[in-house]
Amino acid sequence: MIFGILVNEGPYQHQASDSAYLFAKAAIDEGHTIFRVFFYHDGVNNGTRLATPPQDDRHIPNRWSELANEHNIDLVLCVAAAQRRGMVDPDEMKRNKKDADNIADKFRISGLGQLIEAGVQAERLITFGD
Amino acid sequence: MLHTVNKSPFEKNSLETCLRLIDDNSAILLIEDGVYGALKNTSISETVIDAQKITKIYVLGPDLKARGLDKSSLISNIEVIDYKGFVNLTVENEKIQNWL
Amino acid sequence: MEEELESGVVKKFLYINRRAPHGTVYAHEALEVVLIGAAFEQDVSLAFIDDGVFQLKKDQDTSEINTKNFSKIFAALEMYDVEKLYVERESLESRGLKEDDLSVDVKVIDSSEMKKLITDSEVIFNF
Repeated sequence: MIFGILVNEGPYQHQASDSAYLFAKAAIDEGHTIFRVFFYHDGVNNGTRLATPPQDDRHIPNRWSELANEHNIDLVLCVAAAQRRGMVDPDEMKRNKKDADNIADKFRISGLGQLIEAGVQAERLITFGD
Repeated sequence: MLHTVNKSPFEKNSLETCLRLIDDNSAILLIEDGVYGALKNTSISETVIDAQKITKIYVLGPDLKARGLDKSSLISNIEVIDYKGFVNLTVENEKIQNWL
Repeated sequence: MEEELESGVVKKFLYINRRAPHGTVYAHEALEVVLIGAAFEQDVSLAFIDDGVFQLKKDQDTSEINTKNFSKIFAALEMYDVEKLYVERESLESRGLKEDDLSVDVKVIDSSEMKKLITDSEVIFNF
């Protein structure tokens, strides 16, 4: 089965990102494919490189990066939502003349078309939010 | 169709709306705070028991456990599943509606 | 920018809106998905349920809270060929609203018809 996953909330504030991650992991363990994980609304904050959670707590952004690295998963932050919330990759940094970027490894910023495409191409679209 | 509900019925009307709009050939999986919807002896337990006439209700075990609950806290005939079971439900059901 | 998917697959998309406007961003950002999605030539319907019906209320004026008055976009949806807007009668009536209070042409349907709309959809977006 090919899955698309939509994450609508940021790390720690809501359980959404945790649930999505655990679902993605379980799906992979069952031999399924994740077409894309798309982060929208505050979900774009899952892509920060700068989180420093306490040592005894899970590192949500890093966990996504590691999963993406291990299984070649496409992690996409919506560009419009990212711009509003200050999630910046090197291209956006240049384009919008910012003095820094803050995106974590294996995340990329792209348009809402990537979410629509996931809806069309994946066999199942699961949404985690508030 | 697989319906998921992630909010407590005492916080938000997501379970109520789900039950109003759910089709006969369906399953409900309660996740996150939604698991509280499966508790017995609450003000909405009767509504949920009634819904069981037309739909099968599942609860995500890890979310139950996190909240200090287990199968004995729930109304009868609720199936507790893990994330592997969650994935299987999404594979078995062609369509999915995630009530937030 | 017209975006085309190679496969030519057309699915029944349903955008479910259940939140009031302005108190949270979901209504606004959901509309942005609808607009972008319009270019992908899918079979699109919008459903307004629970507090989502408030998104369509006429005469919204955000000038004093200084937020974007995105409600105007609903009137433009027709231009994007997004014409199937469904409002649940029960949600409307329980909130004291009438069809006349809404800013755009919609089809008011009862819960059993909304149930069918949901069941017939293939890809459902919730925000």
